Amino acid sequence: MKLTGAQILCETLEHLGVRHIFGYPGGAILPVYDALGKSKLHHILVRHEQGATHMADGYARATGGVGVAMATSGPGATNMVTGIATAMLDSSPVVCITGQVSSKLLGSDAFQEVDITGITMPITKHNVVVSKAEDIARTLREAFLIANSGRPGPVLVDITKDAQQAFAEFDWDTCLPQLPTKRLRDNHDQQEFDRAVDLLNTSKRPVILAGRGIMLSGAMRIFDQFVRTSNIPVAMTLLGIGCFPASDPMNLGMMGMHGEAWVNNAIQEADLLIAVGMRFDDRVTGDLRTYARNARKIHIEVDRAEINKNVKVDAAIIGDAGETLANLLPHVHERDHGAWLAHIKELKGDSAVRDIQSLPDSGHLYAAHVINDLWKVTNGGAIVVTDVGQHQMWEAQYYHHDQPRTLITSGGLGTMGFALPAAIGAKFARPDAEVWAVVGDGGFQMTMCELATIVQEKININIAIINNGFLGMVRQWQEFFYDKRYVATPLVAPDFAALANAFGIRGERVTTRQDVVPAIESARDSDQAVLLDFRVEQEDSVYPMVPAGASLHEMIRRPNNPLVETATEP
Amino acid sequence: MQTIVAYVENKPGVLNRVASLTRRLAINIDSLTVGPTENEEIARMTICAHTDENGARRLEASLEKLVDVLVAENISDRSMLERDLALIKVAADHLNRPHLMELVKAFRGRVVDVSPESVIVEVSDTTDKIDGLLEVLRPFGVLEMGRTGRIAMTKGNDVLRPPVSAPGGSKHPAPASK
Repeated sequence: MKLTGAQILCETLEHLGVRHIFGYPGGAILPVYDALGKSKLHHILVRHEQGATHMADGYARATGGVGVAMATSGPGATNMVTGIATAMLDSSPVVCITGQVSSKLLGSDAFQEVDITGITMPITKHNVVVSKAEDIARTLREAFLIANSGRPGPVLVDITKDAQQAFAEFDWDTCLPQLPTKRLRDNHDQQEFDRAVDLLNTSKRPVILAGRGIMLSGAMRIFDQFVRTSNIPVAMTLLGIGCFPASDPMNLGMMGMHGEAWVNNAIQEADLLIAVGMRFDDRVTGDLRTYARNARKIHIEVDRAEINKNVKVDAAIIGDAGETLANLLPHVHERDHGAWLAHIKELKGDSAVRDIQSLPDSGHLYAAHVINDLWKVTNGGAIVVTDVGQHQMWEAQYYHHDQPRTLITSGGLGTMGFALPAAIGAKFARPDAEVWAVVGDGGFQMTMCELATIVQEKININIAIINNGFLGMVRQWQEFFYDKRYVATPLVAPDFAALANAFGIRGERVTTRQDVVPAIESARDSDQAVLLDFRVEQEDSVYPMVPAGASLHEMIRRPNNPLVETATEP
Repeated sequence: MQTIVAYVENKPGVLNRVASLTRRLAINIDSLTVGPTENEEIARMTICAHTDENGARRLEASLEKLVDVLVAENISDRSMLERDLALIKVAADHLNRPHLMELVKAFRGRVVDVSPESVIVEVSDTTDKIDGLLEVLRPFGVLEMGRTGRIAMTKGNDVLRPPVSAPGGSKHPAPASK
């Protein structure tokens, strides 16, 4: 059957099981858009191509499948760069399809020509230019395979306009992927494996460090069994949250820069760390010279390049998290660790008292209260998509996730503007799920144009703006480390509720604690998107905090009589 | 100095990917040679990098993550042979030419071009030996020099080859079932 390259592209995507494409049209991708009109694919028109990539990313993170974003050449493609880097740093399987000028114009500085494969080389798992219609189907199949195998990541396919227009034979059964034949490494190292088993069965103060790799591997069940058998407490990375229930007594909570004090102290006192599907990011370790100095380390990781990158480990097992845990489990002795667990419980002691939840109601509205109320009202069952900054850390601390893939957040790149578009993507992936975008007033203003996408697509997600009139996390650093010189962090914002109304979305401003729960309930009851603008305490800080470069146990703790009582408008 | 040998797809852009990766890892390359193999679809690279053993391990592992890199292996600690080829144009007239030729002979190089006021010396050896020759030639006046950079190969039964491609299919790992 002879089809145009554009038709082949649509046919191939349908065969690959794609149902949604997040994109924005333009000259060099127009043939594809013409073919899209006649296909079964649902195209979501975004308002900015960065939004398209975040939506595809949110889509991928909510399901584990591949998200697809599309843009035209030149500025359309360059607008995707931030979204692609976001997906790369968090190992998210996203396929980006960009139009490119016709092959005879390549390299001529033609209108809207940019070398997008050159630009995205260091931020994609792989990228490729296609200039022949007959290569489109095979290349797309390869792109999907690469994006979601091994350690997942974004792949960009740049297709010239003439390839979209030319006719070629299309036969799904013959356009098989033809990836280079790579050496199959035998990663099994019996010595390392035996050493890991020995360390596991002899340690007295072990802690498991659980990362996103567990989710990517789909290893939640075997991980649970591993924890039950070994009776080892679990600390979570930000992106690992959800892979092991927060309500489980063995779950200590999040580690790292804004991890709870007992979690970081437990890590510093541990004699063994078992890192599973995590990569010892600097936000997790603090100063490497003093990181878990008493602990031996086991690293279970699918990506060989991560071994000994930041932290030198004593036993490395390279492989899929689920398979590796399944191999280890029969060798792991059932242990008690009663004294160690009791000691960690002691460490918790004063943190619980310091917790903002335990402080008397001072008449001020604290972000932590808003997020904790959101958790209570939604029974912890919503997919929460956060932006980046203070609210993100409060979400991780005060919304307790029991299910995998229910916290979607930009961890590695820390991309402001991620929440709103990623929440839209998550809603398309899980239409039956309750989806909340929790976002600061700074990040929201970066991608708020996507409110129009919500309206045009008639989707029902709720938006909670944690509005403190500052770029809060940067302000916090200025407070702690720059003597409160608040340069460029006070932030004027529009009336978000009125803005939502202008888009045709119901908006509501919430300023007092007693209005929080009713506002959340009314948003949940609505069958349309609702925006809630929570005017929270302006100069509250996220505690505890490990200053950048400090040791993990050197935390700035929440002051005992702490709350900064300021409420002046910027 | 660490030596890594890689087999890569022989197609446009692959050298760029390899170079881009070393730049991203902030590893300085001392020399990088690339040339075809007996299979015209596969090229062979020798990368000599200023890094320690751990840096080389990261580079090797990161290289193999590139789709177009079939094999990457750090051979620094293995028994291996390395060769660098140099062409050196040296100022020499009929008075000092015999002395120069003696020196070149001692270094197992050869004079491949003679003109009234200069000669071109060709030498293929380890980098150290070539540096040594260069040292003794310098007093004559080195006018121009070109070097290929090193190629390296492990000795004896230690054979490093690209994987044989399976006819009609790829061995790329299928996506893990979710």
